[in-house]
Amino acid sequence: MSLITITEVKKRFGDNEVLKGINLDVDKGEVIAIIGKSGSGKSTLLRCVNGLETINDGSISVAGAQLLPGEAALKALRLKIGMIFQSFNLFPHLSAGRNVMLSQMVVKKTPKPQAEEMARRMLDRVGLLHKFDAYPDELSGGQQQRVAIARALAMEPLGLLCDEITSALDPELVNEVLAVVKELASEGMTLLMVTHEMRFARDVCDRVVFMHEGRVHEIGAPDTVFSNPQTPELKQFLGML
Amino acid sequence: MIEFTLWDILRNLLLATRWTILLSLVSFVGGGIVGLVVMFMRISANKAVATAARAYIELFQGTPLLMQLFLAFFGLALLGMTVPAWLAAGLALILWTASFLAEIWRGCVEAIAKGQWEASASLGMGRIQQLRYVILPQALRIAIPPTVGFSVQVVKGTALTSIIGFVELTKAGTAVTNATFQPFTVYGLVALIYFALCWPLSRTSQVLERKLNVAHHNH
Repeated sequence: MSLITITEVKKRFGDNEVLKGINLDVDKGEVIAIIGKSGSGKSTLLRCVNGLETINDGSISVAGAQLLPGEAALKALRLKIGMIFQSFNLFPHLSAGRNVMLSQMVVKKTPKPQAEEMARRMLDRVGLLHKFDAYPDELSGGQQQRVAIARALAMEPLGLLCDEITSALDPELVNEVLAVVKELASEGMTLLMVTHEMRFARDVCDRVVFMHEGRVHEIGAPDTVFSNPQTPELKQFLGML
Repeated sequence: MIEFTLWDILRNLLLATRWTILLSLVSFVGGGIVGLVVMFMRISANKAVATAARAYIELFQGTPLLMQLFLAFFGLALLGMTVPAWLAAGLALILWTASFLAEIWRGCVEAIAKGQWEASASLGMGRIQQLRYVILPQALRIAIPPTVGFSVQVVKGTALTSIIGFVELTKAGTAVTNATFQPFTVYGLVALIYFALCWPLSRTSQVLERKLNVAHHNH
């Protein structure tokens, strides 16, 4: 049964049609990498799934929650699916622990002791329990991104959207974040990720989506997509031409 | 002819300074409250509300404070309302201060990175919650230096209320000059008193700016 259903989604920025009718179903527990050139619409697609962008046509639903305008509908959707950003976006005025506690207490009205307990558990899960009281500017980029993952996980989403989550990291910090993502994948978390880490996509993902000019150009198992690309565009993207 | 000592002059001026200080405080606090409301309207998602707030800000920033004082004092009188000078002065200064503070604070809210809005939205927070827990605590930090800095403008702005007859420092200066015929001494003292009020404020603003910029670690 699919968790995320994307049907004929179109998105325009002014005259520029960025998504030209996207169809994609993501099953529960599936890990999907979206690859493609910059400007192919992959990040926009991810942001649409979370309601950070409105769509002009088509429909998106996550576990029965439809993407609709209005705060209540958006909240319902966002409680089902979390998002991790390229630039971490931790709240700089709060400690790591508080970052993880805030939305639980504000959105879910979780009492503070439970929120704190959950925060400790989630920070432990990403290997940062000892940084509970550290502020974001005292953490490395990789640590900040792991806190951001813990923050999203604390809301107990059914899936996570990862928008180039290692692109802003120094090379030596990429692996610690990918290790966390890999573990999430092995625990059965549904992941839809835009990534430039081809090796990672090949090793961890169930399916790879190649986007080109606002369309799903090729889709398939990583072995097929990477070893046997069908279209010249994908061949060129993979550096095979 | 009566001789006035320097102390006589200074004492009268200092007594009037109380009213300058009181008017400044009332204008600043009142303007802060109204300004906060206008700022929220200005950043509202509702277009009509935001436009109304922008019109308010442009109107009060785009006309001289003196005209606003005249309108509050003489204009309301024309409508049959007797407005005492202190009320007209307070009202005009509050509305004028609000228009500037609203715009200063809007700038501070908009200086917060877009990612903060997106991250808090993606966690399910509504707009009010985003403002309350994520945006405003950060905006407050950067708002303090310009807000304190603007308070200097408010103090100096109170001088204009002397023209509609509110007896504060400047008005007292004029009265004392008329009695003593020593304009240079009197207005020199008046200027010094204003400086003594304003300089600590601008210094505080500078110190705060440096502190909040440098000490990013002292949360």
